[in-house]
Amino acid sequence: MTVETPPAPAPAAAAPARRGPTLPSGSVITTFLVLFLVVAAFSVEGFASTRNAGFLLLDVVVIALIALPLTLVVVTGEIDLSVASTVGLCSAVMGQLWVAGLPLEAIVPLVLVLGGVLGAVNGFLVTRLGLPSLAVTIGTLALYRGLAFVVLGDQAVADFPRAWTTWAISSIGSTGIPTVVVPLLVLVAVTAVVLHATPIGRSLYAMGNSEDAARFSGIDVARTKLWLFVVTGVVSALGGVYWTLRYGSARADNATGLELQVIAAILLGGVSIFGGSGGLLGVIAGALLLASVRNALQLVNVPSDVLNIVTGVLLITAVVAPQVAARVKGRRRRAPA
Amino acid sequence: MSAPLTKPAPLPEELAAPERTGRRGSALVQRLVVVRELGIVAALVLLVVATVVANPRFLSGQNVRDLLLSAAILTVLAAGQTMVIITRNVDLSVGSVLGLSAYASGTLMVVTPGTPVVVVVLAGMAVGAVCGLLNGAIVAVAGVPSLVVTLGTLYAFRGLDSLWASSADRLQINAADLPGGFKALGTARLLGVPVLFLVAVVVVLVVGYYLRTFRSGRELYGIGSAPEAARLSGIPVGRRVLTAFVVNGALAGLAGVLYAARFQTLDTTAGTGQELFVVAAAVVGGVAIFGGSGSVYGAALGALLLTTIGTALPQLGLDPFWRDAAVGGLILAAIALDRALQLRLAARLRGRNARRDR
Repeated sequence: MTVETPPAPAPAAAAPARRGPTLPSGSVITTFLVLFLVVAAFSVEGFASTRNAGFLLLDVVVIALIALPLTLVVVTGEIDLSVASTVGLCSAVMGQLWVAGLPLEAIVPLVLVLGGVLGAVNGFLVTRLGLPSLAVTIGTLALYRGLAFVVLGDQAVADFPRAWTTWAISSIGSTGIPTVVVPLLVLVAVTAVVLHATPIGRSLYAMGNSEDAARFSGIDVARTKLWLFVVTGVVSALGGVYWTLRYGSARADNATGLELQVIAAILLGGVSIFGGSGGLLGVIAGALLLASVRNALQLVNVPSDVLNIVTGVLLITAVVAPQVAARVKGRRRRAPA
Repeated sequence: MSAPLTKPAPLPEELAAPERTGRRGSALVQRLVVVRELGIVAALVLLVVATVVANPRFLSGQNVRDLLLSAAILTVLAAGQTMVIITRNVDLSVGSVLGLSAYASGTLMVVTPGTPVVVVVLAGMAVGAVCGLLNGAIVAVAGVPSLVVTLGTLYAFRGLDSLWASSADRLQINAADLPGGFKALGTARLLGVPVLFLVAVVVVLVVGYYLRTFRSGRELYGIGSAPEAARLSGIPVGRRVLTAFVVNGALAGLAGVLYAARFQTLDTTAGTGQELFVVAAAVVGGVAIFGGSGSVYGAALGALLLTTIGTALPQLGLDPFWRDAAVGGLILAAIALDRALQLRLAARLRGRNARRDR
């Protein structure tokens, strides 16, 4: 604000990046999450108990898990709406294979491969046929969910071994923290490193900003995207396995509508729907914020359907607020001139 | 590209040429759209014929009427959605708007039993229009992607519906609560055709006429083809997009009233998940998901085809569980077909230009 003399054109273009220390992407939402947790811990009875924290984390596990590869997909400017249907289809197949008498040790790898194939179908249609991922994955959303019903009908398979199902909801010692959080954190770390500290991660942002420019600078855009869809499929299948064990029930309609919650978490975390910006910290914070706000409101007896308002308003605020802030800032900058 | 590297100075004839190519090109595009829509009609006919062969009673009066009634709601939604998608936007909140409007119109009839049907319809449309206005205002004014905004309002409107129902302590509205005059609307027929379906036909014709003939309708296509170019050429992009959202909201509201008239049992889950079928109907009908092309007639045919698949599968001896899978397969086939047609068209136009250049 104090600089009155207009700088030369070239530095002006670079100016926004140098304007003060830039906060890492997602720091606003993380701050918001911490503030919310502190306020809720003091004002909502039962929120800060180990039991409640355990429930909250169990609810967020699958959303956060699928959000990891999907964040990478969104960063490249694509989208995958079929993730929840992949969860459902994998759950249904898992149930059917269990009924057929296969051991879970064999079923799980098979289901993960299936997830990879489902992801590859998306990736093939998007990268080889050049179809828009939004339309493709709306199609496979319906297709995979439909196949889930074809495989399992409206039955439920619920006689999975106790050892597996109790592990799925077990916690570490007496901390209340679910055991699955540990492998999840490992995956978060791996994804964060890939996205933020490797050339692959940089290339994803490059694709999201300008696919042509990325291609001309030697990035194999189609191949990278294809693999991202495959990984998203595998991770969704993993989510399907966990979902099935957690609820002890394989059903074709498992995780219906979960894609919207995952995408809400990603967008709330500050990832641009057009690709090219955002980070993993924000996404994890976004997923946790959504889950803890819902959890806190449930504790004060707000009906769960009504909580949808909160999800919606949070999501819209998260995207509108930066726009408004940028516009206000822009106006203030222009004003003295 | 076979264009020469060094181009001679343009001759007068060549200067005039692009316009001519444009006109001929647009005729080509027009023909393609017709072919595309005929394709859906063919698929529909094929499906119906196959089903009739398997089960002659498929074309019985009651069956067809049920089919048309189910298609009516999806068609009205698809007509509105087409306007929005053409501008390179999308409205995912229509299922929730339908639910809210259905609940609102039901409540209106329970609270003030003497309300004329016309007022109920207008009230439902008004509720929808307000929802659409909110969506459109956030999209157009704040400049936030519509996918995100309407994903947010998908949740918010549904939550509002639940909040209203639970605070009014009226979680469900049953047929017994609705006035006879309104219920008659759900079963009324004109020359044997369900009135609700005729409403949908009128909506499609009006929207179709508007998009084709009105300047502002054509501008919606311009906005979808190239938003920046549209803005630079003086089209009030924000206002047009806002209008598309409001009209779409009003039509989703109308669909809510139709839903109430058809099913007569309303709870807060009405219309859940409809948004995907609506977008699917438009896409199957040849409306490009990234805007700029497609027609409301195609979308209406898409809606009819999707609904017919749902009813035809059991008649063909297939498990009804196959429906969603078939819908998904159809969407993929439709977009792949569109892509192939688009590539061929581009190649043809290029070939024509290249020939002219030579």
